[in-house]
Amino acid sequence: MIDILLSVLILTGAIFTFIGSLGLARLRDFYTRLHGPTKATTLGVGCLLIASAVYFSVREEGVSLHEVLVTLFLFITAPVSAHLLAKAALHLKVRSLVATPPDNDAPAE
Amino acid sequence: MLETVIPIAYALVSLAFLLSFWRLLRGPDAPDRILALDTLYVNTIALLVLLGIQLGSAIYFEAALLIAMMGFVGTVALCKYLLRGDIIE
Amino acid sequence: MRRLLPHPLLTVSLALLWLLLVNQLTAGHVVLGALLGWLIPFATSSFWPERIRIHHPLTLLRFLGVFVIDIVRGSFLVASLILKGPKRLRPAFVEVPLALETDLAIGLLANTISLTPGTVSANLSADKRTLIVHTLDTGDAAALVAEIKQRYEMPLKKIFEEGSE
Repeated sequence: MIDILLSVLILTGAIFTFIGSLGLARLRDFYTRLHGPTKATTLGVGCLLIASAVYFSVREEGVSLHEVLVTLFLFITAPVSAHLLAKAALHLKVRSLVATPPDNDAPAE
Repeated sequence: MLETVIPIAYALVSLAFLLSFWRLLRGPDAPDRILALDTLYVNTIALLVLLGIQLGSAIYFEAALLIAMMGFVGTVALCKYLLRGDIIE
Repeated sequence: MRRLLPHPLLTVSLALLWLLLVNQLTAGHVVLGALLGWLIPFATSSFWPERIRIHHPLTLLRFLGVFVIDIVRGSFLVASLILKGPKRLRPAFVEVPLALETDLAIGLLANTISLTPGTVSANLSADKRTLIVHTLDTGDAAALVAEIKQRYEMPLKKIFEEGSE
């Protein structure tokens, strides 16, 4: 039973990780590419980490929850990196498929 | 069950790694490369976690945590550099 | 009380983080975690100018539920869009006018938007009144803005800003 749950979690995680990178490689402009790693990859690695937490909790006595820490960290940092990358790309006027909004980030003070 | 699933997961994550690496080499712009690097960090964490499950050893957790932290700090520093031309203001 | 324990929420989260990090639940570590959680806010007090207040804990819980569901939903949506191929996408930049005023709430909203279906927050205007959001696939920009405002912004406003004015 636990084996099936673990297998499902690991497979889902690996598939989402793969799809995230596929998006990174396949999509056509920077702003659309940003979506794959931010969401799919984060959830994929989150699934793998939860699988790891379940695995070690079952195998050894006592719960093993420190994987949750990495998961939380990734879920907090992924949107921050994505926001900064988008800001940097807008600032550098990276080529986009659609009209980009004006860069309001004034030059360095 | 796990013995068959883990190699498949390895294959998928390794493919993800190669795709991100391709984006890192190809660019075309600096933000693309930083995004690829960031994704590579996360893929590395995935590989480490899989290795930990396969070998049944919790020792890889610390490495995964460190990569997550350093990866984030690296990404932020590189973005700051692109935005301001300087890391420490 | 205020001087002794300037940031109770921060103290609790730090203690929990410590317990997760050492991965053991022993009395010694609980005490050490509590001690660290009490001392660290003093050392970093200049980063925390004001105390975080949560006005509606139930709304917060419901918001967290919506948030978790939307992370999963968003990942499935993005995955299916990636698999369908780049030609089908209708990306766009959308401007979301903000009703939120505090930095914390705006930051949380931006992060929430980035993790939920098909959107990444890209920039905040200099006067903190509009958030620029990039979406992967939009048919109707106005509906998207309305959804963001209704689904994420309203609860955040209620949790962190109501009653503080």
